[in-house]
Amino acid sequence: MSKITLENLSHSYLNKQNSDSDWALRNIDLDWKDGGAYALLGPSGCGKTTLLNIISGLLNPTKGKILFDGKDITSLSPVERNIAQIFQFPVIYDTMTVYDNLAFPLKNRGMSDGEIDSRVKEIAEMLELTSTLNNRASGLTADGKQKISLGRGLVRANVHVIMFDEPLTVIDPHLKWILRSKLKELHQKINRTMIYVTHDQTEALTFADQVVVMHEGQIVQTGTPVELFEKPKHTFVGHFIGSPGMNIIPCKLNNGIAVIDGIKIETGSLIKKNGFTKTEIGIRPEFVSFSKDGIPVKILKVNNTGRHKIIDTECKSGKIKVLTHSSHDIPSGSAHLTFDKKFTYAYGDSWIIE
Amino acid sequence: MNKTLNQKAWLFVIPVFILVAFNAVVPLMTVVNYAFQETFGNNVFTWEGTRWFKQILRSERFHAALGRQFLFTGIILFIQIPLGVAIALTMPKKGIGVSICLVLMSMPLLIPWNVVGAMWNIFALPQIGFLGHTLNAMGFDYNFTQQIGDAWFTTVLMDVWHWTSLVVLLSYAGLRSIQPPYYQAAEIDGASRWAVFRHIELPKMKKVLTIAILLRFMDSFMIYTEPFVLTGGGPGNATAFLSIDLVKMALGQFDLGPAAAMSLIYFFIVLLVCWVFYNLMMRNEGQS
Repeated sequence: MSKITLENLSHSYLNKQNSDSDWALRNIDLDWKDGGAYALLGPSGCGKTTLLNIISGLLNPTKGKILFDGKDITSLSPVERNIAQIFQFPVIYDTMTVYDNLAFPLKNRGMSDGEIDSRVKEIAEMLELTSTLNNRASGLTADGKQKISLGRGLVRANVHVIMFDEPLTVIDPHLKWILRSKLKELHQKINRTMIYVTHDQTEALTFADQVVVMHEGQIVQTGTPVELFEKPKHTFVGHFIGSPGMNIIPCKLNNGIAVIDGIKIETGSLIKKNGFTKTEIGIRPEFVSFSKDGIPVKILKVNNTGRHKIIDTECKSGKIKVLTHSSHDIPSGSAHLTFDKKFTYAYGDSWIIE
Repeated sequence: MNKTLNQKAWLFVIPVFILVAFNAVVPLMTVVNYAFQETFGNNVFTWEGTRWFKQILRSERFHAALGRQFLFTGIILFIQIPLGVAIALTMPKKGIGVSICLVLMSMPLLIPWNVVGAMWNIFALPQIGFLGHTLNAMGFDYNFTQQIGDAWFTTVLMDVWHWTSLVVLLSYAGLRSIQPPYYQAAEIDGASRWAVFRHIELPKMKKVLTIAILLRFMDSFMIYTEPFVLTGGGPGNATAFLSIDLVKMALGQFDLGPAAAMSLIYFFIVLLVCWVFYNLMMRNEGQS
């Protein structure tokens, strides 16, 4: 159990780096509190697995430092770091029984048989594996095997951090939900730092207290699920989180006031900076409503999802999605839209202008 | 829908049928024919029942050849399988070294068997061969044409040289198919090098190793050309393995009946051992 700090961490799989795109990770700075539940969220190829492997010690970073409790551990091996990692695909030792699989990390560290036995039984109880303890591990289903992988990660009592690399990829949807709540429950029970890597926003938002969103090797925002939803710091976060994602509409800046199609848009905070090459307004479909005046739009399509209606509209500058309760009446043909000022943000070169 | 009955498609099978008949069925049935009858030529046969089989099964000559055969196969399996796995484990996993190693490993497999025998014969000649001369110069009394131990040593060495590569290539393919997370998980679990081999690499190589052992068993059990060229079965009958003994009986002595019976017994031994071994190795595979 410890605090994890990443200092100016960069990694490249190439020997020479000519441009930003040659880096898998760029200038990562992070502070993770002891005992927190964190999620690393981002699309495939954004560098989240690379970051995880650097924390666990399977990879050596090209630049930067990793600290556990303020102690530099960058040059230590995974065993010396004392961490646990669970992989995307279940890794089990085919030749062993379920019991021996769970006991393996403890045996390798020379624990006594008595200690091993009580520890294994405790973990098996938590994961509901007690009845299959003496079975051969190779005969189990995918979710049973992944439970063993989880168990091997949880079985050591003193690890600094437990890391999950998209652990539910191969699990059936209905079991995913069960295993995920199980993990959440385990986190509360054992109160260990956990890092959960995923590209699935639902998984990240339900599991973690703090979500780190990654994009092209960089951290674009760290925050609680609510913060990420209500105030995305980067257009990527707005777009990636939420269903449907945030509307991003090109705008002009006139003396600190955003203008779309000649209509002034009020934003939550004043725009003091300028000189951007690209300026945009971001507004979530939840905070857009129909009104008498505002931005004139054409209505393209209405999708009814049951509880909500998602309306695709188009103004001169681009498309805007509107989300309303399904009982609301939708004007047809053309309409006007207004944005909730509190949740309207201006973005300069994709980053929020504050 | 009414199906029209049309059996003409069977005509397409005829070429295959003829081919298989001529290269397998007819020769095998001829052997079966000889095994139960006696002939003195002119296509005259007399029924002998199981006499030849009883004769072969009770013959000390057959027992000795079978013993030599099992000993030889046992020795080469015992050397080639561990050696092949060990070499595969030390081979590079990426870079230019991979191609170099693979080409080097394939070389012995590409040489015709009688050439291998001839090469080793010359290589091992006591006076002029590099191996023979070197061993004698080092003070060993080495002469594979005269001494039984030396003949066995040379034959085994030749087979190891010729066929270990096959085990290496199969094992290497098996090793390369293991996904990186297995090694990463083992690293995090604190597994020793031996534990990684015992609990990850060996189980994952089980199928290719089964194939390797089967192939090496069959090929070494039926070995003929190389020892025939190298030692001719000698000195005496010391390296007369089953197939060499069989050819002596069939073509040297022209004992067609006993030779045919021996062929069938030989065939069934190979079949039985392979079947038993394969089923033992695969008995737990159905569960997973």
